[in-house]
Amino acid sequence: MPAHAGENVTFGFWVYLMSDCVLFAALFATYAVLQGATFGGPTAYDLFDLPFVFVETMLLLTSSFTMGLAVIAAREARVGKTWPSGPERRLLLLLAVTLFLGLAFLGMEVYEFWHLIAAGEGPTRSAFLSAFFTLVGTHGLHVALGAIWMCVVGAHIWFNGITTGAVRKLTILSLFWHFLDVIWICIFTFVYLFGGLAL
Amino acid sequence: MFGILTLDAFIHGPVETGAQLAVVGGALAVLLALTYFKKWGWLWREWITSVDHKKIGIMYLVLAGIMLARGAVDAFMMRAQQVLAVGDQVGYLDPNHYSQVFTAHGIIMIFFVAMPLMFGLLNFILPLQIGSRDVAYPFLNSMSFWFTVVGAALINLSLVVGEFAATGWLAYPPLSGLEYSPGVGVDYYIWALQIAGVGTLISGINFLVTIIKMRAPGMTLLRMPIFVWTSLGSMILVIFAFPILTVTLGLLALDRIFGMHFFTTDLGGSAMMYINLIWAWGHPEVYILILPAFGIFSEIVAVFSQKRLFGYISMVVATMSIAALSFVVWLHHFFTMGASANVNAFFGIMTMAIAIPTGVKVFNWLFTMFRGRIIFATPMLWFMGFLTTFVLGGMTGVLMAIPGVDFQLHNSLFLVAHFHNMIIGGVLFGFFAGLVYWWPKIFGYKLHEGLGKAAFWSWIIGFLLAFIPLYLLGLMGMTRRLSQVDEVFRPLLIVAAVGACVIALGVFLQVLQMVVSYVQRNKNIAGNDPWNGRTLEWATSSPPPEHNFPSTPRIKERDAFWFAKERRESLFSTPDHHIEMPKNTPTGFFVAMVSGIFGFAVIWHMWWLVPVCFVGIVTLLVVRSFEHEGSH
Repeated sequence: MPAHAGENVTFGFWVYLMSDCVLFAALFATYAVLQGATFGGPTAYDLFDLPFVFVETMLLLTSSFTMGLAVIAAREARVGKTWPSGPERRLLLLLAVTLFLGLAFLGMEVYEFWHLIAAGEGPTRSAFLSAFFTLVGTHGLHVALGAIWMCVVGAHIWFNGITTGAVRKLTILSLFWHFLDVIWICIFTFVYLFGGLAL
Repeated sequence: MFGILTLDAFIHGPVETGAQLAVVGGALAVLLALTYFKKWGWLWREWITSVDHKKIGIMYLVLAGIMLARGAVDAFMMRAQQVLAVGDQVGYLDPNHYSQVFTAHGIIMIFFVAMPLMFGLLNFILPLQIGSRDVAYPFLNSMSFWFTVVGAALINLSLVVGEFAATGWLAYPPLSGLEYSPGVGVDYYIWALQIAGVGTLISGINFLVTIIKMRAPGMTLLRMPIFVWTSLGSMILVIFAFPILTVTLGLLALDRIFGMHFFTTDLGGSAMMYINLIWAWGHPEVYILILPAFGIFSEIVAVFSQKRLFGYISMVVATMSIAALSFVVWLHHFFTMGASANVNAFFGIMTMAIAIPTGVKVFNWLFTMFRGRIIFATPMLWFMGFLTTFVLGGMTGVLMAIPGVDFQLHNSLFLVAHFHNMIIGGVLFGFFAGLVYWWPKIFGYKLHEGLGKAAFWSWIIGFLLAFIPLYLLGLMGMTRRLSQVDEVFRPLLIVAAVGACVIALGVFLQVLQMVVSYVQRNKNIAGNDPWNGRTLEWATSSPPPEHNFPSTPRIKERDAFWFAKERRESLFSTPDHHIEMPKNTPTGFFVAMVSGIFGFAVIWHMWWLVPVCFVGIVTLLVVRSFEHEGSH
């Protein structure tokens, strides 16, 4: 692989994130159009439990923080400093914490969805709920894929140590993870806060 | 086990059975031929697993050729039906089948002919023009191509198993919803486009990064050939528009599979939102196709006028303005849907505004020809044919951009004539010109000039005969997509059908041209630079070696190759002894095939197969990430 390829991968990934942004923009627009189309069913104000979603949000934000720490650990390992516990182990530990927080977030989201569906307020109830489940669910799907990806990157580091390739993989994974954080902040603001406070 | 797939799905009426036999027979013939000539290993090693941008480019062109045949058959079926089904006669197609035919025609021509032609030429030529050894991500390039193939295969499969959408090429709800289209046709439509669309998006990112990051040293942005610029504009549009298509089709699929209510008529759904979303992708899509064609013409007009392209900077600015404006005109596709007068006026004005940068381009091309020593070779004929027909089509477009006029012409054959004017006269002529122009580079021999010129004249005469009557029919009030026609329209429809036959003659001559040129290939050896070209692809041998260039060229100016020839210099220093090229891999092929099975499973509701495919795709990609990315 030529030397500049790594830089190309990072740049290309930024471009991909931009296209993913457009994907979410389309879903946000859909939600904005349909949020009032409750067709006699429950509204956002009736459904959203803000303290619950706040905990969810904190889990994801914290996972972004630990992901940042993981990238720092990888960078430090690359410049050759040795840590008492070994940079690899620290990195893997941070990744495990990130993964745990991400899965906890997903678990809460699945619980929320399950709860709504069990109450008869699933995505087939109204156009508003279709749009809500799809927007939030698409984000959840991204988080799930990110979690699988995190396991793969973890396995790379576990078996091969912190190589240039592993650092690159970790860097673009962290870009993806932070991107999902940004999307979630928009969801939290425009879907949950605006809806839950009936703004 | 098989979801809703039963034996009934294989049983069709007589016309459809013919199509079924043609698809199955064609596939069997290819498989038998490959076995008989013992070509499987060759096909696998040299093509299927190849990550070489030149081979992938050729495969895209082959795919486009095959699908062009399918789309053309659909076109002839429509022309024949409209000539036969007049008054009391019902013709040979029932209305449902007729609707499937025009839906398939539109989808195939846009997605599986025009797009593969574009990506074929882009793949082959673009890395050469920027002096690069390959695209930025050769593996993803191979995967994108196979995604496109899988999309095309699903559409052809719908001829054999089940049915295709009978909704028109953009599948507007509520017609495309479960209530009015309960069959699998719309599902075939959704998943064929979804899979091909993912491939297109990945290609878009791939080529954008290639253009930004892989240019030869010294080739600043404003030294790039204009084809690279227009491709850049087109790829930016792909990256911004295709995610919208993914979302739109995804929401339609959610409506159909899970009973959600995005576009349904009840429980708060809004069909009008679908129409907005799909055109927010659909309008940029036409510019995705036309911009590279503009680039090809810009290269051709300079080379065959033996002059530098007039107004390079204004050409770049015009390209980028068109790209930007293409995102703020989508509403002109449905002026009649009931937006307020001011909204319609805004989109009408924006639509007319696009004519300004397009006009700049037309004048630049004219001024390039002005006082040039023009060589009337086949590519130049295609260019001149384009210039006249495209200006005509552009003017009818501006006409329809006036909302008041559009209310009269909406959904009429005038519109059908207009967009065929743009897409045949603009896009298709552009890619044909590019194909004739770059054929010597791709295969090492020139195409037969006489047959090429005959093909051109058949095409342009046939095109005018086939589509000018449609303008008139539209003004007379004939709407599009009719399987049953009023008596008064018949004379002009017969003229249009005759036009289609003349186009068929043109296609036949093109095929003949390829065969004759191949037979005489030793007489017509092209050499590196058969047209006295200006850009880097002509600086290497024809066909180029796998690594493209002996060493990376150093660029000091625009049209560097032209000036190097004038000064009798070489762009290349001593050849590199050590060149690393990526190794072949079947992973892209496998991932695409598994996603094809995934699509088939969703279409036929074989739910157990869906997670299996998902796990399969993830496993393939994970295994690939552990492979040492080999090179040789």
